[in-house]
Amino acid sequence: MNEQIQYKLTILAESAKYDVSCSSSGTTRKHRPGMTGSAEGWGICHSFTEDGRCVSLLKIMLSNNCIYDCAYCVNRRSNDIRRATLAVNELIELTLEFYRRNYIEGLFLSSGILRNADYTMERMVRVIKELRVIHRYNGYIHMKSIPGASRELVNEAGLYADRLSVNIEISKDENLRMLAPEKNHQSIFKPMFYIQQGVLASADERKRFRYAPRFAPAGQSTQMIVGATGESDKDILRLSTALYQRPSMKRVYYSGYIPVNTNDPRLPALKQVPLVRENRLYQADWLMRFYGFRADEIVDDASPNLDLEIDPKLAWALRHAEAFPVDLQKADPALILRVPGIGLKSAQLIVASRRHGHITVQTLAKMGVVMKKARYFITCRELPLLTVNELHPDEVRRALTEKKPSRKAADPNQLSILFPE
Amino acid sequence: MIVFRYDKTFEGLLTALFDAYSRREFPDRLLTTDEPLPLFADRAHTVVTDAARSARAWTGLEKKLTQPVCAMLMHVWLSELPASDELLFRYMCKAINAPASIATDFADPDVLAVKQIAAKVSKERERLIQFVRFQKTACELYFAPVSPIYNALPLAVPHFADRFAGQQWLIYDVKRQYGYYYDMQTAIEVTLDNNEHLLGGSLDQTLMAADETLFQSLWKDYTRSLTIRERLNPKLQRQHMPRRFWRFLPEKN
Repeated sequence: MNEQIQYKLTILAESAKYDVSCSSSGTTRKHRPGMTGSAEGWGICHSFTEDGRCVSLLKIMLSNNCIYDCAYCVNRRSNDIRRATLAVNELIELTLEFYRRNYIEGLFLSSGILRNADYTMERMVRVIKELRVIHRYNGYIHMKSIPGASRELVNEAGLYADRLSVNIEISKDENLRMLAPEKNHQSIFKPMFYIQQGVLASADERKRFRYAPRFAPAGQSTQMIVGATGESDKDILRLSTALYQRPSMKRVYYSGYIPVNTNDPRLPALKQVPLVRENRLYQADWLMRFYGFRADEIVDDASPNLDLEIDPKLAWALRHAEAFPVDLQKADPALILRVPGIGLKSAQLIVASRRHGHITVQTLAKMGVVMKKARYFITCRELPLLTVNELHPDEVRRALTEKKPSRKAADPNQLSILFPE
Repeated sequence: MIVFRYDKTFEGLLTALFDAYSRREFPDRLLTTDEPLPLFADRAHTVVTDAARSARAWTGLEKKLTQPVCAMLMHVWLSELPASDELLFRYMCKAINAPASIATDFADPDVLAVKQIAAKVSKERERLIQFVRFQKTACELYFAPVSPIYNALPLAVPHFADRFAGQQWLIYDVKRQYGYYYDMQTAIEVTLDNNEHLLGGSLDQTLMAADETLFQSLWKDYTRSLTIRERLNPKLQRQHMPRRFWRFLPEKN
């Protein structure tokens, strides 16, 4: 029995690991007598795997059997891999025992498609319903909604889960149809719409009835694969902007394509996972969500892809040298946020402390401003006036991207010592 | 140079603050009662910790400062850093003397330092919440040894009391030799007579519940199979989960 659980857990975790989302934020629930656990709105990561990704939730599949044949997926039916299915009580026991030991923040449940979308969805809903109703579990639950699932099941899932998500995977419909013949954008946007309707309806009811049930209180999220098809960053960011404008959408995740199925002719042969591009997309995403940038400011028709060498904020600043230098003592907070090297926290500190007096360069560095970048874009009494306008943007770019010779590289004028260490 | 000596308690520090204002002399150094006086010490005053006076000083500060700032002062005190008491003393004096609130004047090095140290301690509290790993004992007690760099355990206890209200637990700071035991009602401070055997991080097999080893190994296997080999980045892992926590983590042992 134990060995069997161990076997299943390993297989199903292997199958679930390509899902990026692992956040446990968005819901705050205090402990209630007779129940197990609580939820913190700020999200807690309990461990980090060797690839540096966080483990916050028990990310697992109910089953990795699948009737679909999506080219980018490791669990597609044409792959010859080990398959397993967890029994409902096994999964519940695992979740609760891990939770009581503070290993996890909650459960992230997804599944391969068994028979059809509704059949699968019904089994998943049964797990989370049993957790909440029978085992009185009060922690976090994130559930994948199956593309093409019916409205009734999505509505029931929303009552027990904190967050629901449907993955878009590929941002252009024709590319998605090519890679995943059983899926299309309509089958993905429909459950998304059901979730949004549920969230809005519940918010409205709770205005009138204080104890009306909450529906997916942490909203929904989605994920897009980057680098499997020919989409530009502009296409991806434009879709993210459209998604963020929907009321319940909290996060869009980007996942650099990992060549799991190397022999498929529809997929590019990548030597490496596009990690830098993924990172730049997340930076752009942050700029849109927290820094007040619009997608068309970050990427446009002239440069549809993000610059891999420099971050999108610096790239914007170099394209718009006319907006600088910024006088930190007087400028609008929104403009201070646009200075490369100044983040949300340091911008807050600057705005709070400039009322008391003059801010010096030393203080800025202590506040956490990256002066190496910021010095070209601000005016300050102690700095020589050598901003991006005095230099040329290309000059600034060169200064910031120039690679310093590494200390480890051997000096050609120096003989190496041949003693073993 | 004026030197105050006190007993290195927070009440003692507040009493020293009270004494400084009532005597109208402000110390350049704060020392413990048994530390030797520095050269050129003009006057030394020994503070006698007094609950009433320290309470008055704290009430005065609470009038001057907002509640989050007072919490920040507590955080700095719990950092136990070498000169943190002198920093706090300077900060408190500045807060009392200034006509308007100094809490947002981050151009002042003391104000910025208090904020940054408080942020570090608060981060350590967060790490405790993240990386505490309970081991279930045969008597249904969930036990976790910890060893934080700052004394952040008292700050994390309310979180655990809320989250694990339905189970008995004991979190023990093996470095400072004290811990909190929660009996499903309240968390109380406890000290064990002998904690030598806890330094390894793992409980003795004979004390563990029957299925404890199973769940530890399940968790270890789970985190291992969750790793994507194509994206290995051990530096990022260490950045988020520093090495000093690893001896208490089943997935790393």
